[in-house]
Amino acid sequence: MLRVIVRRLLQLVVTLIALSALIFIWLRNLPGGPVDALLGERATPETRALLTKALGYDQPIHVQYGKFMQRILTGDFGNSIRTGDPVIEVIGRAFPATVELALAAMIVAVGLGIPLGYLAARWRGRALDHLTVVGTLLGISIPIFFLGYLLKDVFTQNIHWFPPSGRVGIGLDNTNITGFFVLDSLLTREFDATADALWHLILPAVTLATIPLAVIVRMTRASVLDVLNEDYVRTAEAKGLRHRTIRGRHILRNALLPVVTTIGLQTGALLSGAVLTEKVYNWGGLGTLITDSITGSRDYPVLQALILLAALVFVVVNLLVDLSYAFIDPRVRVR
Amino acid sequence: MTEPTTQAGTPAPRRKDERPGRAGGASLNRLGDRKKARLEELAQASAGKGGVSLFRDALRRLRRNPAAIVGATIIALFVLVAIFAPLIAPHDPVQRFDELTSRLAADHIPGATDGFPLGSDELGRDLLSRLIYGSRQTLFVGVLATLIGLAIGVLLGAIAGAFGGWVDNILMRVTDVMLALPALLLAITLVALASKSSQWTVILAVAIVSVPVFARLLRGSMLAQRESDHVLAARALGVKEHNIVLRHMLPNAMTAVIVQATLTLSVAIIEAASLSFLGLGDPNRDRAEWGAMLGDAGVRYFEVRPELAYYPALAIIVVALGFTLLGEAMREAIDPKNRR
Repeated sequence: MLRVIVRRLLQLVVTLIALSALIFIWLRNLPGGPVDALLGERATPETRALLTKALGYDQPIHVQYGKFMQRILTGDFGNSIRTGDPVIEVIGRAFPATVELALAAMIVAVGLGIPLGYLAARWRGRALDHLTVVGTLLGISIPIFFLGYLLKDVFTQNIHWFPPSGRVGIGLDNTNITGFFVLDSLLTREFDATADALWHLILPAVTLATIPLAVIVRMTRASVLDVLNEDYVRTAEAKGLRHRTIRGRHILRNALLPVVTTIGLQTGALLSGAVLTEKVYNWGGLGTLITDSITGSRDYPVLQALILLAALVFVVVNLLVDLSYAFIDPRVRVR
Repeated sequence: MTEPTTQAGTPAPRRKDERPGRAGGASLNRLGDRKKARLEELAQASAGKGGVSLFRDALRRLRRNPAAIVGATIIALFVLVAIFAPLIAPHDPVQRFDELTSRLAADHIPGATDGFPLGSDELGRDLLSRLIYGSRQTLFVGVLATLIGLAIGVLLGAIAGAFGGWVDNILMRVTDVMLALPALLLAITLVALASKSSQWTVILAVAIVSVPVFARLLRGSMLAQRESDHVLAARALGVKEHNIVLRHMLPNAMTAVIVQATLTLSVAIIEAASLSFLGLGDPNRDRAEWGAMLGDAGVRYFEVRPELAYYPALAIIVVALGFTLLGEAMREAIDPKNRR
């Protein structure tokens, strides 16, 4: 087990280093790179050369990369071209917003997805099953930013159930401790602010949850159907075990194994979806940051840090999922 | 494992390139050839007794699956509309009509009027004609992106699966790097790398996102076959290594890849729309493409005239649904688990 962990960790490090090198080389040497971005297209060759030298881009690429890695490992990603603030601060400010949104979406997706998938499988061929199948197909076929606009239109323009955008209402911008608004307001016991933050969170979370929800429902349904046909379920029934025991110990526990992997992979969908969802609801998290640092003049220091961060999160989550497998399924441990 | 799908069911002729002499044949080869001919005779004889090839069996099951029929019908209609767009569309999709532009205002985009059943778009062009022509561009972007992704992915996967060992190891680390970024983020990164976005950056970005999926799928399937009986049999008969890979392993592995390509098509269309929404799409506003229509003007004028978003969105959803339905029905059909 330990050897597996070590090997996977090594692989992960190699992947990240390769990715950082690629991003490093690409971002510096393509047309429209940082020098062009800072100076615009009409700069004279002299100023261009001066800036290239000032930024250290005249040095050999491996020297540049060495310095770059050195700075990254000490947490120094440079300054944002747009605002001039240190990249790490810019990202730090936006990070909690996205994590809050992604967690909320995951809670919706898992909390609804597993029960729905299970029920659809148990009542296979019935109305609920058909509805679920059609619903999940629609869920993966709809562009989620469009769904976002649709929900926003229905629930904020036609019936005023939810606020159209942002994370909190005016005048409720409370003390910032962790940056997670729901958590912050709970810590300071401003419960009306908690309610407000949750109220703002619902539509974006539902929008972002669409794809993971659809995928989790489908996976759970398929997996439960597989398990229902297993001999050991029939045996358990023949033994006269209580249905609750069969459901919990024999069906769900086995059926959820592949679902766990799916949940891990859906982190990717969440990160991608956050970019779209945040733009729809003007959320102000990492997704908004990505959009902002691409449109207009490109903010390379921010962009490169964001890409690396996204990759790190995605890869680590998937590693954790793989490892958790060994804890859920003893058979994996043996190998 | 199952029979190679390509030969099964059709009368299997002796393969020309395996003839002794031409391949610098040793007597061993000739012996192997004769044995193989005998084997093929046997295979044919048993096939004649009502055996069904996996491919035919899959096709038969596909025809009985309503999801597959619905999916195939949607795709057929989509392709027909794309082909006959100039005949179906009432107007030129690029032309701005005076009777429409004159009624455009900051808070008003005219709806259905005489001769313009779906009304105007944001620039006074006929929305219906743009939607009809849009099928062409959407098909073009989706199919091209998928084909490019498929070609690169199959190349990488086949090399990795054929050689195994360190070649496989290196190629798989490359796909690891690609997979380390969630799909849309990778596409965003790729588009951001180009100084200006264009239709081609969109196509390439969407294509490259699908490369690791194809590569891994093909590689996995080929590696699984390396140890399987039909490859062992071919090797024992003295079939050359490159022929084993190209004729015995690759055809078997391709079925799964083609199914994946069908599914990728729907993802590609949606991803192209997402890039447009983020301002990284095709900047040419004359070109009618559903993703751009939805992601750009559709959401920008959502409060003025939501129909600008509804129609292209509906088109995208229906077509994406068509590819997904067909793709999944195909996957189900080729799954040996479902074989009865």
